Amino acid sequence: MIIKEIQNMTLCALKQGMKDKDFTSLEITEVLLSRINGLGATLNAFITVTAEQAIKEAKDADKLIATGKDKPLLGLPIAHKDLFCTDGVLTSCASKMLHNFIPPYDASVVKNLKASGAIMLGKTNMDEFAMGSSNETSYYGPVKNPWNLDLSPGGSSGGSATAVAACLVPAATGTDTGGSIRQPAALTGITGIKPTYGRVSRFGMIAFASSLDQGGVFTRSVEDAALLLGEMAGFDENDSTSVDVPVPDYLGGINQPVKGLKIGLVRQHFDAGLDDDNAIAVKEALDVLKDQGAVIIDIDLPNIELSVPTYYVVASAECSSNLSRYDGVRFGYRAENYKDLNEFYCKTRGEGFGAEVKRRIMTGTYVLSAGYYDAYYLKAQKVRQLISQDFKKAFEKVDLIAGPTTPSPAFSLGAKMDDPIEMYLNDIYTIGANLAGLPGMSIPCGFVNGLPVGLQLVGKHFGEESLLQCGHHYQQATDWHLQIPEQFK
Amino acid sequence: MNSNWEIVIGLEIHAQLATKSKIFSGASTAYGGEPNTQACLVDLGYPGTLPVLNQQAIEMAIRFGLAVDAEISSRSVFARKNYFYPDLPKGYQISQLDLPIVVGGNMSILDGDGNEKIIGITRAHLEEDAGKSVHEGLDGLSGIDLNRAGTPLLEIVSEPEMSSAREAVAYMRKIHSIVRYLEISDGNMQEGSFRCDANVSIKRFDQKELGTRAELKNLNSFKFIEKAINHEVMRQIEIIEDGGEVKQETRLYDSDLDETRPMRSKEEANDYRYFPDPDLLPVIIDETYIADIKKTLPELPNAKQQRFIETYNLKVSDAQILTTTKQLADFYEAVEKIANTESQISANWVIGDYTAALNRDDLEIKDAKLSAADLAGLLNKIADQTISGKIAKEVFEAMWDGEGSAEEIIESKGLVQITDDSEIETIIDQVIENNPSQLAEYLSGKDRLFGFFVGQVMKETKGKANPQKVNEILKNKLT
Repeated sequence: MIIKEIQNMTLCALKQGMKDKDFTSLEITEVLLSRINGLGATLNAFITVTAEQAIKEAKDADKLIATGKDKPLLGLPIAHKDLFCTDGVLTSCASKMLHNFIPPYDASVVKNLKASGAIMLGKTNMDEFAMGSSNETSYYGPVKNPWNLDLSPGGSSGGSATAVAACLVPAATGTDTGGSIRQPAALTGITGIKPTYGRVSRFGMIAFASSLDQGGVFTRSVEDAALLLGEMAGFDENDSTSVDVPVPDYLGGINQPVKGLKIGLVRQHFDAGLDDDNAIAVKEALDVLKDQGAVIIDIDLPNIELSVPTYYVVASAECSSNLSRYDGVRFGYRAENYKDLNEFYCKTRGEGFGAEVKRRIMTGTYVLSAGYYDAYYLKAQKVRQLISQDFKKAFEKVDLIAGPTTPSPAFSLGAKMDDPIEMYLNDIYTIGANLAGLPGMSIPCGFVNGLPVGLQLVGKHFGEESLLQCGHHYQQATDWHLQIPEQFK
Repeated sequence: MNSNWEIVIGLEIHAQLATKSKIFSGASTAYGGEPNTQACLVDLGYPGTLPVLNQQAIEMAIRFGLAVDAEISSRSVFARKNYFYPDLPKGYQISQLDLPIVVGGNMSILDGDGNEKIIGITRAHLEEDAGKSVHEGLDGLSGIDLNRAGTPLLEIVSEPEMSSAREAVAYMRKIHSIVRYLEISDGNMQEGSFRCDANVSIKRFDQKELGTRAELKNLNSFKFIEKAINHEVMRQIEIIEDGGEVKQETRLYDSDLDETRPMRSKEEANDYRYFPDPDLLPVIIDETYIADIKKTLPELPNAKQQRFIETYNLKVSDAQILTTTKQLADFYEAVEKIANTESQISANWVIGDYTAALNRDDLEIKDAKLSAADLAGLLNKIADQTISGKIAKEVFEAMWDGEGSAEEIIESKGLVQITDDSEIETIIDQVIENNPSQLAEYLSGKDRLFGFFVGQVMKETKGKANPQKVNEILKNKLT
């Protein structure tokens, strides 16, 4: 095994390689750290690189491996989105507000992955407080798309997606409130899964919109996603919304055949908003699945067009409250000159938050205000119910729902920053799964103008297994997921 | 108070629940710790932390609901009340708005004329307390102590059905008694575990609609509630009689100046932007759970009072006093069980000397050295005529001071009652002989000198002579 190829390998391959003594965890870690700090530096994918800690952990892992110890992720390097709290390591949420926040505890996801033996290489860049679809709202500057450095990698988990796509790390965690895992996965040509709401603990995951946020992973294959998700998922008594349902052996069950699998195609997803070439790529992907024995069925989600406005009412309302704790009193940024308490708050929050975060806090405050609550927040909750029911009805007929992840491939940095509505519409296909709490996954399904596009699969509640099985079979038959941007080979 | 005016009062009582840990975190609720030593990351509102509901708080709220004949909601929802203040770490308080855990209910009190009056309870909901700001000893800076943040509170909201400050106090005392019977709150008003806000308005007797109300905040003693309400009523009457209008506002009672002053008016009131807390699931309570809790409810003050009247034949007022707290009622029953004195005599001792001694030394029943058995032992010495009731008071004080049992003290101080007829007769003869002029006056018709002779006999015997016998024999001698 040539060490140069380590960076292109999947978690499963790296695991096998360590087992076969082709290389050590320390060697993997060193190769990747040098890529992060060298070739990868221009991408701005990381906010913090925890090199010293990673090397120490890799050495410890190697010692364990030498004694014959095994853990599912022992010695495998990953990165965490910078909104998962990490004990003793800066967790900024890519905001000036938390530019100095060092949590005294690990998020449950971080703890679980650590317990499974994973090594953290660093914390990845993102949209500020996960609010954005282009990774341009970060206090630390935008992340660049490895397929074209003038383009956005998508957001909000843009740093994690780019790090995996550019082979700086084999896998990374992300969070998805309206598409923040699936959209950047699609735009950078990798696999991204957002599990069922409640499948992964939100404890220690800094909240954007509590009823929509869900942690997930970016990987280079569906197989890796199954491995990683299995280790991070599970009930957590610290999160009242996590669900006490046993975690299946995702990886072990991944080879289940897709023959007879009923896949629904949403008519509403193929309207004028979708790029023609993108539509073709998705249709071709479905043909592949059809060849493997899946049955394609047309379905309707009649209220799905209401998902974007519904989402922006619900998510903004929740974030306006969730972000109230950033007041400069106990942690984070604090303004310097103020004459009274009111000015202390205004300056701290005015200076600490970026424009998009402020926009959403304002929107959320408005929709919850006396006199507007019924017309906006309550109405949005009702529509959310309708959308959930649409999905429920659809799942009486099909096992999975497939469609495009995004309307078009990656867009230029700066292209949509002045038009929030245009930016929000980028999540039009992904938001439904969040509103209904369903698992969703994006896998690479082709290229449009040299840029990757994604196929989105949405499953039933706790139906991650069928998503993974379907995606895995697709990747057995295709090589889109194996493509690596030229510059980062 | 002016008789043209009807007073309308509603109370919002905040009872701190006696859970070991906070309502949404594992931190201790103990009072009086060093600032910020009982606040964990959840209480500090740290990024990423989430609330987890304390099941004990739910159980306590249900106990209260059952005790006041309320409906327990099968589904209740926690909501966020959003506002900024430095002692509110998350920028919102988790409370309940539309779907509280306890709905309806009622509480009987005695009105000004001593008649029973039912006060409706609108609702009781669970919420977390805020921390507190500290302004002293910090060189002009303000500090925040978050020990209290996240402490569970049960907010008990009454209907506006009390028509005097005294009724309001009677109602609050009753709720205070109930929460302590249920052992869901220690009711400690000094430590702020039991406090209330009062909504006060007035209207003319012929007026149908309610007047504009003022809300009096944070009343934390029965005395202050009465004074604050009375003061506020007078203020409102003066305003209206002078042709003015009462403003809807929140007012703070200043106990030093005995006045209320405005905190904020309706126009300045916060828009709290309540919405269901997405971090917490709705609380679903099934019938079996409620039934199980119901089985554990203690006998409540009203039922106990009734039983005391019927079983022990006590005066209504005494039965009411004895059942104010479960501890006192239990103590009385323990005494009553052992003592051979009449139940009413035992009650007199518990309400009288015993309670006075507790109050004098500022002690709780559990902290007093004198047990129910000790007191019963003393009463039995009265019952078997070893000592008189008067001597018993002396023995009681010695017992209270830890000098020994009733028997030991009577023995060592030589307080055994003289009941021997001949012995008493000898002393009486002596007294008569020593007071010839008084004897002459008595025999000439000055009947009230009888008391003088009794007094002399008691003086001679240091109070030990059996008073009944003294009376008897003396009467014979003097005719």
